[in-house]
Amino acid sequence: MADTAVAHHTTTGLSNNKLGMWLFLGSECLLFGGLISTYMLYRGRTNAGPQPDQIYDIPFTSVSSFVLLMSSLTMVLAVSAANRKDDRNTNLWLTVTAILGATFVGGQVYEFTAFYREGLGFTTSLFGSSFYTLTGFHGVHVTVGIIMLMALVGMVRRNRIPGSKAETVELVGLYWHFVDIIWIVIFTLVYLIPS
Amino acid sequence: MSTATEQHTGHDDHAHEESHGASDKQYVIIALILAALTAIEVSTYYIDFGPLFMPTLFVLMIVKFVIVVSYFMHLKFDNKLFSYLFYTGLILAILVYCGALATFKFFLQKG
Repeated sequence: MADTAVAHHTTTGLSNNKLGMWLFLGSECLLFGGLISTYMLYRGRTNAGPQPDQIYDIPFTSVSSFVLLMSSLTMVLAVSAANRKDDRNTNLWLTVTAILGATFVGGQVYEFTAFYREGLGFTTSLFGSSFYTLTGFHGVHVTVGIIMLMALVGMVRRNRIPGSKAETVELVGLYWHFVDIIWIVIFTLVYLIPS
Repeated sequence: MSTATEQHTGHDDHAHEESHGASDKQYVIIALILAALTAIEVSTYYIDFGPLFMPTLFVLMIVKFVIVVSYFMHLKFDNKLFSYLFYTGLILAILVYCGALATFKFFLQKG
């Protein structure tokens, strides 16, 4: 819908904001591609410190993954509500998404603390460095997403969104779903496939 | 969502479904499918899949990735230019991994 609305104002006939967001997400693929590659190449190359199969808590991480996956559902419901100009439900689903995201980040902080207590520091081994860098970068992305969601809730409530409200919610949604798909890859490659 | 809201926004909802190809109910069904796929993934930790272990995980990962990108991110229903931008980045990322892997092999052989 937003694409049609701005068709007269752009050379592509598409929303420049949305085009910019997809371009940004494409570049983010490269960032995480590099980090995941580094982890995959380094994780089995040293015997120092605890090994992945000694410290990973798969049941716990599975629950975290499920929580993040469900936050994608609540996010898409927020986008759907925004398209219907239903501010009440938009805010409700955005808030639920932020809470689920915060639950995921809380779980990650707990996991990092547990790993550190078991002897895996950032500089303990190549595995530790690459693991904390990869999952830490992802955690920062989720945290930024939560801040964006909460800011959006405030802006929708005060009716302070410039331009199309539905498109703004959709752009934040694209970022949030991207964070989710990156975790889909990390969960399989980092946690479920042993080194 | 209240029935009144649905009635008031029925036209917009229809336009939305035309634009994005899915309703709230369909999104919930997609999420349930994703949850089921995640459950199968996690089951590989408890059940011995034998030689199917790696292929199962890779297929499930790719299917989940494509479902989220296509339906939740609406790439399936949006302009193809968005798909080109995103998948170009993704393919480049895979090439980065292949390049890094090849480089490691090269240095290991030399060392």
